[in-house]
Amino acid sequence: MQNRASSIEKSRLITRRVFMLAAAKLLLIGGITSRLYSLQISDREKYELLSDKNRIREWKTPPQRGFIVDHFNNILADNDRVFQVHLDLDQIKNFNEVIFKLKNILELSNNELKKIYREKERLKPWDTLVASDNLNWTQFSKLNLYLHELEGVKPVVSSSRFYPYKDSLVHVVGYVGAASQKDIERKDVIKENLVPGLKVGKSGIEYAKETQLIGRYGIKRYEVNSSGKRISQIDYIKETQGEKIKLTIDLEVQQLAQELLKGKAGSISAMDIYTGEIIAMASSPTYDPNKFTHGIGHKDWGEIRDDPLKPLVNKSIAGLYSPGSTFKPLVALAALEFGTIDPERPILCKGHKHPYELYGVKYHCWKKKGHGYMRLRNAIKQSCDIYFYEMARLLGVDRLAIIAKRYGLGSNILKDLYFDEKKGVVPNTFWKKNAIGKSWYLGETVINGIGQGYIQTTPLQLCLMTAQIANGGYKIKPHIIQDESINYESARLKIAKQFVNETADFSNDEKFLIDRDYKLYERLYRNPENIKFIKDAMFGSTNEQYGTSYKSRYDDIKYQFAGKTGTSQVKRITEEERKLDLDQSQIEYKNRDHALFIAFAPYKNPRYSISVLVEHGGSGSSGAAPLASKLIKKIIDRHSLREQIKKGSTSLA
Amino acid sequence: MLTERLNTRNYSLFEKLKSVDYFLILIIILIGAISVFAIYSTEKGEFSFYTKNHLIRLLVFFGMFLVLSFVRITFWYKNAYFFYAVCVSLLFITLFFGLMASGSRRWLDLYFLNLQPSEIMKIAIIVCFARYYHRIQTAEIQNYKFILVPLILLLIPCYLVLQQPDLGTSILIAGTGVIIIWLAGLNIKYFVYSALLLIVSLPFAVSLLKPYQKSRILTFFNPDRDPLGAGYQIIQSKIAIGSGGFFGKGFLKGTQSYLEFLPEKHTDFIFTLFSEEFGFIGSIMLLLLYILLIYRIISIGFYSKSFFSKLFCFGFASAIFLYIFVNISMVLGLLPIVGAPLPIMSYGGSSMLSIMLGLSIVMSCKIYSQDQISNY
Repeated sequence: MQNRASSIEKSRLITRRVFMLAAAKLLLIGGITSRLYSLQISDREKYELLSDKNRIREWKTPPQRGFIVDHFNNILADNDRVFQVHLDLDQIKNFNEVIFKLKNILELSNNELKKIYREKERLKPWDTLVASDNLNWTQFSKLNLYLHELEGVKPVVSSSRFYPYKDSLVHVVGYVGAASQKDIERKDVIKENLVPGLKVGKSGIEYAKETQLIGRYGIKRYEVNSSGKRISQIDYIKETQGEKIKLTIDLEVQQLAQELLKGKAGSISAMDIYTGEIIAMASSPTYDPNKFTHGIGHKDWGEIRDDPLKPLVNKSIAGLYSPGSTFKPLVALAALEFGTIDPERPILCKGHKHPYELYGVKYHCWKKKGHGYMRLRNAIKQSCDIYFYEMARLLGVDRLAIIAKRYGLGSNILKDLYFDEKKGVVPNTFWKKNAIGKSWYLGETVINGIGQGYIQTTPLQLCLMTAQIANGGYKIKPHIIQDESINYESARLKIAKQFVNETADFSNDEKFLIDRDYKLYERLYRNPENIKFIKDAMFGSTNEQYGTSYKSRYDDIKYQFAGKTGTSQVKRITEEERKLDLDQSQIEYKNRDHALFIAFAPYKNPRYSISVLVEHGGSGSSGAAPLASKLIKKIIDRHSLREQIKKGSTSLA
Repeated sequence: MLTERLNTRNYSLFEKLKSVDYFLILIIILIGAISVFAIYSTEKGEFSFYTKNHLIRLLVFFGMFLVLSFVRITFWYKNAYFFYAVCVSLLFITLFFGLMASGSRRWLDLYFLNLQPSEIMKIAIIVCFARYYHRIQTAEIQNYKFILVPLILLLIPCYLVLQQPDLGTSILIAGTGVIIIWLAGLNIKYFVYSALLLIVSLPFAVSLLKPYQKSRILTFFNPDRDPLGAGYQIIQSKIAIGSGGFFGKGFLKGTQSYLEFLPEKHTDFIFTLFSEEFGFIGSIMLLLLYILLIYRIISIGFYSKSFFSKLFCFGFASAIFLYIFVNISMVLGLLPIVGAPLPIMSYGGSSMLSIMLGLSIVMSCKIYSQDQISNY
């Protein structure tokens, strides 16, 4: 019986304990339930987000760069489809093996391999490496064939910059290259749009107008698995193209200008004298910007960099030259404005045997035999140095500097677009004291009168100077990006407006003899007769016998232009050299004179100004004026087309 | 046969069939069916390797369960120690001849099946303890002699399993044993004392753990410690369950598992997959099924006459609860990841075999519930 009692007690005990345990179990089940509740109901949104973050991965697609077009809507900077190979470094297990396979498939050179390894060193382990950004179709299709063996290798169809006119506009448009760390830091818009292999502007308009051109990246959303493999595309926000930038350049004029300079070092600039539109800005020698798009080769780069004619320098705005005789119209204008010379006063030029003398120093005219008695108009026309020595002496350098600056010398023109633009120098006594720390000598004034000495100008500045004389002496703003609000008619209207309440008396307006800022289209002269005088003298220089550019003239009134030659010395001519009287071709290239020419056309009712500079090109009349002559014809031939486009007729586009 | 007089009688087939617990069978079939769909989903809706294997095992072991249900309960009583001894020997053999996989030696190659003896041990320990306590009177239970023997019986398999190493199964075996000792009636003070002792010795115990085990426990307390390494499983599991929401993402639409963010989704993390696809509602339903299963086993225990049967049923029910609780808490991030399968649901032959074996003993308890097993 004891057994039975014990057995009953045992059963009771176990029953009690089972219930206790059951209670504990229910409690624990409650715990699990509440945990499920908190995960799946309270925090559901948080985990849904995390789950999406897990499974959805975004890829940026490269933005489409905006086009750059000329005045006639010719596309100067286009986009081309290219085939690339991207390597997702985080998905490649054995980098060397993958590269070895790639090498065999794409037949990569050792240099390209080196580049890939260098690039890998630079990148983070989760970055994308662009192994090659310009495959040909054969390589690309072969790559797709072997893709299953190459984990982490991505064939990508992308777009890249293409310059159809190659080397004709590189100094204007610029070129693109892979975005560097510096580029990323420079502009937020580059940082935002950064995708592997992104190309950004490195010079010219491409560089200056990056924000407008770059466009906006697209997003491709993919569902991916845990190893990052794409399963399906969920979403695609298409990339957008950047803004179109329209230039004032006329492609045909630009191409001709570039061709005229072929084989030479120099610059040609041409602008509309009322609107300030730059229609050509050529610099020679030039190079092909397409070479830079996919990373320029070592050899090509070496050739460009080490070329003694310096193709990388945009000579129109970054080349500094003594203006030589092209400065003379401005010297004459200054003397007339300040009234320091009577244009009818004759000065005798007696040639090399009897040079101009000042404090014992001799100053020679370029013409060995001398010009004889010269009045001002003839002195400009025949470019007599003796006359200008005397005129500059009477005028003084400070007064000359006021007028020189007013007409556009010594200051930046397109600095906001071209960071490499140079200002040049318009010297005066104050400048010399500051920059060199010495007092001004009168002798320096004398050589300044023929555009030698300290004075340094860019070809574009000379073009602007010519334009502002040619348009009757009104301030214009040169620009290279199309501004629809500016046209010939509105410019003429603005010029005319300032005279509505003015008297016709210009004789004693001291306001125009001091150095100050001028508003757009404000008159720059004291007396319009002085401007007329200079223009007439320049007409003589080109269209009358004994004029320095008489040989380059046009008899057809449609093309008739007025100009001024310049021959700027690179080094001082010694007495012995003067006696030898060598021809330019007998002198070493680097010691030859620079040839310059400025002009405006047509003479009657002028519309365009032009400046030509040929480095070491000999005399202005033989080295530069013929080029200008050819280009002027082209510009005038295209004038009506240009106007049509301007007036909104797009039929030519 | 003087000490052990078995009060047995003969049952007709009809009687046997009548006393079969069809409700229990229904629950097993339901959970089994759910498990097949869940495994099917881990294979992205393809009827291939895992699903096929799982279904075959389920059918084979379910058949085995039905057959073994008719084995007399006295058979298990008589052979309890032998069963235990066989399992311990298998564990020994495993240590030396077991198959090596991912750093541990857990499996014996039986040609038709890779047997994991530790899983069978889970059942053997219950049978063994039920047999042991069947004879002992309530008063004697508190005796040190009768405390020491079951402790040794428990420590041997736990140690062997820990040597494989398999912390999860070892803990489950230990837990099962402790629960049965508790059910048998050991004074509550011993449990309190040993719990205190455990807490005090925890730092020393931790130092004995393998580095990967330590890292698992450390990451449990702070999953973000190593989000791509040890903490990855917990984080991904929580994301999967949480993103399932109330109704779930739908069958075959669990992105976390479909896109392979979930680790071990067909074994230890099967609940995560299920919960992601069927949401809060589905999870609660599954839990309810398990609760019904446990409830049914406990009621069979109450129904049984013999103490052996009672103790086995209660012990097995508690063991199942323990497995479920550890597994679900683990995937919910409430317990460290230790490797404990979810009964019936998880893919794995030995685990399935062990559960079906246990269930067949339970069913045997039901069929032969009137069998008295004398104390002497």
